[in-house]
Amino acid sequence: MDIKWDKILITGDPLILGSQIAIVLTMVGIVVGLTYFKKWKYLWSEWLTSVDHKRIGIMYIIMGVLMFFRGGVDGLMMKAQTAVPENTFLDAQHYNEVFTTHGVIMILFMAMPMLIGIINIAMPLQIGARDVAFPQLNLLSFWLTFAGAMLFNLSFVVGGSPDAGWTSYFPLAGKEFTPGIGNNFYMVALQIAGIGTLMSGINFIVTIMKMRAPGMKLMRMPMFSWTTLITSLIIVIAFPIFTVALLLGTMDRIFGTHFFTVADGGLDMLWANLFWLWGHPEVYIVILPAFGIYSEVVATFSKKRLYGYTSMVMAIVVISALSMLVWVHHFYTMGVGPAVNSVFSITTMAIAVPTGIKMFNWLFTMRKGRIEFTAPMMWTLAFIPTFLIGGVTGVMLGMAAADFQYHNTLFLVAHFHYTLIPGVVYAVFAALYYWWPKVFGFKLNERIGKWHFWLFNIGFNLTFFPMFFLGLQGAARRMYTYSEESGLWPLYALSAVGAIFLAAGFAALCYNIYWSIRYEKRTTENDPWGTARTLEWATATPVPHYNFAVVPEVTDVDAYWEMKKNKDNFALDPNKIKPIHMPSNSGLPVYMGAAFLIAGFFLVFEWIPLAAISAFLIFAGMIKRSFEYDDGYYVPVEEIIEKERTWRGDSKWKAK
Amino acid sequence: MKKRKSLLLSVVSVMLVFLLSGCEMAELVVFNPKGPQAEKILDLINWSLVWIGLIMVVVIALFVYIVWKYRARPDNADYEPPQEKGNHLVEIIWTAIPFIIVVILMVPTVTTLFDLEEVPAGYEDQEPLVIHATSADWKWIFSYPEQNIETINYVNIPVNRPVLFKLTSAGTMQSFWIPALSGQKYTMAKMETELYIVADHEGSYFGRNSNFNGKGFKEMEFEVLAQSPQDFDKWVKEVQEKAPKLTEEMYAEKLKPSHLGRETFSNTHLEWVDHADHHAKEYLNPELYRVHGYPGKTFTDENNDIDNDTENSDHHHGGDHSGH
Amino acid sequence: MESKMINHSVPTEYQSEQGKLNILGFWIFIAAEIILFATLFAVYGVLHKRTSDGPTGEEIFVIKDVVIQTMLLLTSSFTAGLVIHEMRRGNVRGLITWLIITLALGGGFLYMEINEFIHYVHAGAGIQTSAFTSSLLTLLGTHGAHVTLGIFWAIMVIIQLLQRGITPITASKVHIWGIYWHFLDVVWIFIFTFVYVGGLI
Repeated sequence: MDIKWDKILITGDPLILGSQIAIVLTMVGIVVGLTYFKKWKYLWSEWLTSVDHKRIGIMYIIMGVLMFFRGGVDGLMMKAQTAVPENTFLDAQHYNEVFTTHGVIMILFMAMPMLIGIINIAMPLQIGARDVAFPQLNLLSFWLTFAGAMLFNLSFVVGGSPDAGWTSYFPLAGKEFTPGIGNNFYMVALQIAGIGTLMSGINFIVTIMKMRAPGMKLMRMPMFSWTTLITSLIIVIAFPIFTVALLLGTMDRIFGTHFFTVADGGLDMLWANLFWLWGHPEVYIVILPAFGIYSEVVATFSKKRLYGYTSMVMAIVVISALSMLVWVHHFYTMGVGPAVNSVFSITTMAIAVPTGIKMFNWLFTMRKGRIEFTAPMMWTLAFIPTFLIGGVTGVMLGMAAADFQYHNTLFLVAHFHYTLIPGVVYAVFAALYYWWPKVFGFKLNERIGKWHFWLFNIGFNLTFFPMFFLGLQGAARRMYTYSEESGLWPLYALSAVGAIFLAAGFAALCYNIYWSIRYEKRTTENDPWGTARTLEWATATPVPHYNFAVVPEVTDVDAYWEMKKNKDNFALDPNKIKPIHMPSNSGLPVYMGAAFLIAGFFLVFEWIPLAAISAFLIFAGMIKRSFEYDDGYYVPVEEIIEKERTWRGDSKWKAK
Repeated sequence: MKKRKSLLLSVVSVMLVFLLSGCEMAELVVFNPKGPQAEKILDLINWSLVWIGLIMVVVIALFVYIVWKYRARPDNADYEPPQEKGNHLVEIIWTAIPFIIVVILMVPTVTTLFDLEEVPAGYEDQEPLVIHATSADWKWIFSYPEQNIETINYVNIPVNRPVLFKLTSAGTMQSFWIPALSGQKYTMAKMETELYIVADHEGSYFGRNSNFNGKGFKEMEFEVLAQSPQDFDKWVKEVQEKAPKLTEEMYAEKLKPSHLGRETFSNTHLEWVDHADHHAKEYLNPELYRVHGYPGKTFTDENNDIDNDTENSDHHHGGDHSGH
Repeated sequence: MESKMINHSVPTEYQSEQGKLNILGFWIFIAAEIILFATLFAVYGVLHKRTSDGPTGEEIFVIKDVVIQTMLLLTSSFTAGLVIHEMRRGNVRGLITWLIITLALGGGFLYMEINEFIHYVHAGAGIQTSAFTSSLLTLLGTHGAHVTLGIFWAIMVIIQLLQRGITPITASKVHIWGIYWHFLDVVWIFIFTFVYVGGLI
């Protein structure tokens, strides 16, 4: 093992030096702040080790927002670089690193944590559960995702960033063409985060299958929980494929095997197939929960039952099945032949049918409703036309023969941003505004919310709409610059202007969070929107750690709506309250995250003996877990009664 | 909502101004085909635009109508919406219509796919000109086996004659794309893909690698010059007589990661290696791809020939493309 | 969450609520593992003819040793079944005895496999030799790593059985470990059929 100490930190680049200094200052700031306000113990025992699904959800979302910032800065750098022709702000190598980390971070460390965070918060409440099936495993999932994200972000200042694109196509991503350790970060960090995601998937499936409130048949389950179930199924099916792909990539890069190499029989097309066998379902892993969020929001703010519930469920099941049968459309141009391309064109375009069903169902949910333009609803409304553009361009790309002209161009980039931003980011915003009062006991400000909405929407369309035309002008994606004679600059410049609006929109969101924490009116009303329909709105705001004093009986899809109609149903009978069993907090997941981070770090640097030794840290944690016999604790009846009386008042209390 | 729409409208009109005004704006090359293959694809694209336009108009009109008509107003505060569950007939209709549109788009897609694999209609009587296009980091190498000549970063073809490009790569996966003439196809090491092209207008066309392959990706462009058959033959003859010979050592040097200008040779590298062959020799130089950051180990391949200087490539370290 | 609720009408491992959840969760995990191994098989299927300059499967496989390995693992799967049988009877001694016998068989399998790897390396079929050897050794290695993990896991379970006897919680641990062990056996049958027997035909 040969450690080159002088090369560990990246030096000699002002941007990176700036970030290094900023990172050190931030770290020092956090440590000093926590020490000064004596918050270490609070942070450790109330948050970092908390197995409460709501707190884990919040931690996921905080991580998602931070990663949104990082990925967003990457995006802004790309836009700044391509704003004018022959720009020298970034050189080719840096640009390559920036678009690689932008893609990976936005998909895996922004979209995924955001959605898993939202699922964590809302799903157990929607189905009337006390927590997820495996609370400690849930915390482990978070810490593994976090460890993966930290390891990946480290690459920027330590060791060098991955530079082969978020798809990391071999042989480019192999040692034959990228010998530095940058792409090791990709292989190892995503592996660690991927294990966490797989565990989340298993956890959510068991939770939904086994822990629904009495009376909640599968076909009475709220749409968001349905999408969670289907997404979790896709996770369990698709992530092991990625696990293997990353394992083989790691073997190629660190142990010199020949899976995807040019030399000795390796097959680069194998990576492309394995990657997209995971990668395409991955798109639906993030989009389906977003569809669920929109379904909840649109019903709530139209004051109407979700139209065509059964066909909505069927649509997501069909989408999930088709999502596994379309991976070849990412490389129609590989020369697999017209027959294979035709088959995959058919499966790809077929996805338009169930997606269309969902679109029309949302529209008809609003029809004859009373549509309130609250912030979550605004995002949902903006989603429909913009995602429509993403969807129809998806059909265009799905037509294999036409794809030969769109593939690898900015047309494609515009398309997937038009699906992923309205499809996921808008949904995340809608969900944040929608469930925020449930979690924190105050709404996010509506007026600043409008600013956030308009800036982001204008910015988004301004940034990505020109890219459709750039693509048709022959601009390939991932070019770090272009010549003046190419005539591409007007649209590139327009797109760069849009990025400024996008950034301003994000800033407005951050400001809104800050402002609302300080000034927004507090509420303990269980249904702050007044028109909510599902179970999560049937308990206190903010939600007590045990969720429900008594698990409610469910008679309809819109369980809480039914309770509201029959007030007596909602009132709590104190005689029914029993001690509630809850799981204990655990520091072990934090330790496991750290152990994976350390072992992963050594593996990335190819210091095999150190990596092997630190793998024992992981085993030690597993042994510790095996011998743990913590049965949790009981919340006493008196405590529950006191809490419930406080927020319910007399009207929701059955005094006998 | 009105505010939103008008804003969108102004954004779109700004874009249109940009699109229509600039003389310096690039043309939409995909919509300006110069050969039957690109034309076929454009026909398909136009067909799809018609239907997609229709879908957009219908859905957005429905959206605007519903959102406008059923918006919350102070005067309908007491309105209790009906809690309708759905309607089978309506749901079947909006499943069937998209399905039909998908079929309408699918049929020409499939026929076009099969068409693109063959010599375009009207040109079947001519023997296609075979050109091997080999991509390497970061240049294009074109070999004319019949004429026994080779060019780098440009390719001359006779107009109105089918050309069969046999595509392969010396290393990374790349994509061969001449948007004015045809759609793209990947080039892969130890694999061969084929692409038929016809240029039906004389002229110079832009071609490039569209699949990201590292630091020199952006510059990986080439020119396609479609000439009259007479001019083409004259050019071939001139090259055969005047251009220098390529040797294997020179060739190995050219395959190193670098940018080259236009070059011309009076023989082809197919004499000693065809990268499409499954057992082709590799010309790999991992050490030349070093960039900033922590150096990882590379794996020298004992099975491979020693004479392509992977072994002593340390000499080149710090040269043109390794410093960063 | 009511882990204290105990229902005596079902086998011990299903008596606690958490035990039931664990078993279902583990089955889903096994589904993920099936996909993981299926992917590795697919990779091997694609690459096994790409031997480059290295040896082919026919040249290096020693079918006699592989048959012994198969016998060892199959027998261990049978004895793992006896483990569950003894557990249902409530016999801790029998349970632990059969568990140790199972582990011994698993250990024998691993010993044979390590020897097999050494033989391959001597025959010029190291993991870096060709796409074929890379995919072969990764597939076998992943299975072997699972077996190793299974052995250490069982040791942990034995210690807990000695400490606590058969309780709903230890029983669900034994049960889950049993699922895992049988699963590894099934994977091996596929390896035996497709890699070794398929490689010789």
